Parts: sequence; structure tokens; C-alpha cells
Amino acid sequence: MELFTPDFGLIFWMFVVFAALLFLLWKFAWPFIIKSIEERADLIDKGVEYAENAKIQLENAKADAAKYIQEAQKQQAEILREADRIKTQIIEEAKDAATKEAKKVLDAAQVSIEQSRKEAELQFRNEVSSFALQVAEKIMRNKLAADNAQSELVNKLIDEVEFKNN
Amino acid sequence: MRLRIFTIIALFILQLAQIKGFGFCSYAIFSSDVASEQNHENNAENQIDPKGIIFEHLGDRYGWEVPFAHHYSIPLPIIIRDYTGEWHIFSSAKLEHGKTYNGFYIAGEDSPYKGKIVGINPEKVGDDAIYRPFDISITKNVAALLICALVVVCMVFSIRGWYKKNPNRAPRKTKGMLEFIVEFVYGGVIRPTLGAKSKRFAPFLLTIFFFILVMNLLGLIVIFPGGANLTGNIAITLVLAIMTFIFTNIRATKHYWKEIFWPDIPLFLKFPIPIMQTIEIFGMFTKPAALTVRLFANMMGGHMIVITLTLLIFIFAAFGAVAAGGSLIISLAFSLFMLVLDVLVSFIQAYVFTMLSTIFIALSHESGHEEHNINEESVKRIDSADVPVENAI
Repeated sequence: MELFTPDFGLIFWMFVVFAALLFLLWKFAWPFIIKSIEERADLIDKGVEYAENAKIQLENAKADAAKYIQEAQKQQAEILREADRIKTQIIEEAKDAATKEAKKVLDAAQVSIEQSRKEAELQFRNEVSSFALQVAEKIMRNKLAADNAQSELVNKLIDEVEFKNN
Repeated sequence: MRLRIFTIIALFILQLAQIKGFGFCSYAIFSSDVASEQNHENNAENQIDPKGIIFEHLGDRYGWEVPFAHHYSIPLPIIIRDYTGEWHIFSSAKLEHGKTYNGFYIAGEDSPYKGKIVGINPEKVGDDAIYRPFDISITKNVAALLICALVVVCMVFSIRGWYKKNPNRAPRKTKGMLEFIVEFVYGGVIRPTLGAKSKRFAPFLLTIFFFILVMNLLGLIVIFPGGANLTGNIAITLVLAIMTFIFTNIRATKHYWKEIFWPDIPLFLKFPIPIMQTIEIFGMFTKPAALTVRLFANMMGGHMIVITLTLLIFIFAAFGAVAAGGSLIISLAFSLFMLVLDVLVSFIQAYVFTMLSTIFIALSHESGHEEHNINEESVKRIDSADVPVENAI
């Protein structure tokens, strides 16, 4: 059974080859590879942790943003309502003011109209009375002369008055 | 996937060619015309010799046979020292086909040194004159060993080169696969078992894993760079186990030696008759012995089955064309299956060897703690591979 009796030559070479291989890889390869793999694993772990934190922060930020947006919307609504109220108020006030002003103007106009009417009436009356006086004076003067001439004069005077009024 | 299957079939056919290449089966289905050419070899012998073929395949040779050409084999250097202490280095081609060179020749079938180089000592007579010189030739197995070591170096240094060039980036494709294997062994076996000491032993364990894996896989390829039955050779596995033995026992902790020479058991078991000590010391050596035999037997068995299945074709060919055709198909299917299985076995055996070495080393580097069963615990530790040792204790 040659299979079960190890051959010296092969054992010798196996020792040599394995020792050389082990030395080479131990010295130059394995520690570096293991270090690299572990460093990378650490890096990935850190990266994952960082990403998770970032995700949490992002979610927080999102929640904050939503909150701010909601607040802003509320404020906006309030402001709009306020603005609406102020607008109505201003309009009302303006209306009031305008009404008052208009009324004041109207009143003033009425007063002045009244006044000028009174003045006109007064003037008219004065004129009428002065005419009446003049008519009466002239009638009185002509009565002393003739009846025809008197009535002619009266007619003439009335015509004058009519003409004036037209 | 298709490509892989095709490759396996191609390899299988090459294997057939190689077995035929040995020229034992001069009547086989392929070669009735070839047979007439092979007049110098086994013309008289019409029976094939399965045992001879199997053992020739599993064993070592001085040249490296190539398929389809059994007259020619790749010559390898022979390095021997004769009885006078003089060294001889020459090509194995000079000894092929029974030739003699400088008084050296390869011993025949009936010699006790069958297949090995022997010399003749002129100072003696008869059978005593034939002696075995000190032989450290680069045989087929040694050459395959060198190739495997080279492959391992290339593999490992390719990953190292990647990390040198691209720190903190993951490699892709082949290097990614290699890194996956490294991580599989280091992260799956070594780190969980050895814990803080893993950096100290990882280079050895990773080297042993990759070396065994490459030797196993190259052994499955039947043509030149592969085809040597390395891990199915007891000399190789013996050296590997001795290495594990050395790493287990050198700088082992006080606790380990105490467990061997003065374990915590009732006094009458260890004094005056050292029963437990005997068992423990015996156990020190059975561990590497088990490693040796496990790897050796598994790999050799796999090779043997494939060769046997292939040989069935030639054996059944003697019973006519129908039997030959039938056995061809069946053998082909079975050996294909076995080869695929052997790929898996190659990986598993490399893994098992590394895992057991790791456990042995971990046990011998245990720092002192009392009242427990180390073996059970370490097995548990392997089961729950992701728990670091310190936590598991």
C-alpha cells in the first residue's frame, strides 16, 4: 500500500513550499488584507450609522418643516382674515365719512340755497314794494291830471313790470 | 451555467483520454487501431488492470503525463544523492520507458521500491545491491505543489494589490469572490473562535485554507496544471497536520498544559498511575492524525471513485458494444456527478481542516478558567459563529 506510506521527498518539498508560502503570505499579505477588510467594515459601519442619524435628522427636519408650514399657514389665514376685517372696516369708515361729508355738503348747500332764496325773496320783495311805491306814486301824481291818462299809465307800468320779470 | 457544465464534460473527456493514454486497455472501444501501434506496451496483456491504473493515478510519478500522448510526458528534474553522497540532477526523460541513466532506473512492478528511482551499488551483490538513493526529485506532486503555491500567491497578492490601490473600496468579480472566501473563513470561523487572538493565527489558518482549497480544486482538473492527487496524498496532509500541531502546541497557555498533565479530576485518576495524562497526551497526537487521515481519505476516495467509474467503461467494453455503450452513458453520468460533488467536497474539506485547526489552536490558547467542558463549549462557539469568544465564555 504505497498510498499510506508517505514519501520523504514529497514531505521535504511540502515543508519547504508550505513554509515559504506561509512566510510570504504572513509577511506581506494576510495582515494587510485583514486590516483592510476590517477598516472597510468599520468605515461601512460608521457610514451606516451616519446615514441612519442623517435619516433621523432628516425626518426631524421634515417634521419641523411641516410644523412651520402649518404655523405659517395658520398665520397666513389669520393675516388674511385680519386684512379682510380691516378692509371691511376701512370701507365702512370710508362710507361713513363719505356719507357725513356728503350730508355736510348737502346741508351747506341747502343752507346757502335757503339763504340765497331768502335774499332773493327779500330783494324781490324790496323791488316789488319799491315798484308798488313808484306805481302808487305815479298813480297819485296822474290822478290829479286825467282818468284816461291814468289808466294808460297803469297799464304801461304793469307792462313794464311784466317785461322786467320775463 | 451552461459553460460550466460544458467545461466539466470537456474535462471528463480529457480524463478518459488520459486513462486511455496509459495504454493499459489496448482493445478499448476507441482504440482498436491505436492498439496495433502500441506494440511495446502490454501487447500480451489483454486484460485491463484496474487496480494498477487507479494506483498509478493516485500515486506520484517522475514525469507529468499529458493526454493523448502516453509516449511523451513533461520531463521534470530528478534530484538524488547516491550512496557515496554525490548529487545527481537530471531530467526525468532520461529514465522514461525503463531506460537506465548513470546506474539509476525506475523500479519495476515486482520490486519493493515499485515506481521509485533505485540505483545499483556495485560494492554489493544480488538484491542487496539495489538501493534507494536519497530522493528529493521534483516529481509530479512536487511540481503540482509549486504550481498550487504559485496560484495561492497570485490569488492572495491580487487582493492585497487591490487594497493597496483602492483602500476602503470593495473589490468586484474574481477579487470580490476571493475576498468573500477570506471573509467567510476569517469572519465565519477564525474571529468567532479565536477572538482577540485571531490576528495572531489568522495568517496561518487562511494560508492553510487557501492552499488546501487550491490543491483540491487543481487536483480535479485532469490535464497539465492539475491532475496531481495532492491532498489525496498522505505526505501532504501529514505535513499540513504537523503544521497545525506546531501552531497548537508552541506557546500554548499554562492552562492547556495543566489540563494535560494535572487536570482537575479525582486524584486517583492521575496519581500514582497517570491514566488521564496518558489519554490527554495520546489525544494531543490523535488530533493531527485525524486531520491527516480525514483530508487524505476524503480526497483520495473522491478521485478513486471517479477513476473507477470511468474504468467501468473499459471493463464492460469486454462484453460487447451494447454493454460498452450502456456503461459509457451510466459511467459518464455518475462520474460527472462525482466530479461536481468533488468540487463541493474540495471546499468542505478545506473548510473543515481550517475549522478544526482553529478549534485546536483556540483550545490550546485558552486562558485559565475552571469547572467546565472546553470541548462542548468550543463546539457551541462554532455553532453560534457570530458571537465573539469573550462574550461566549
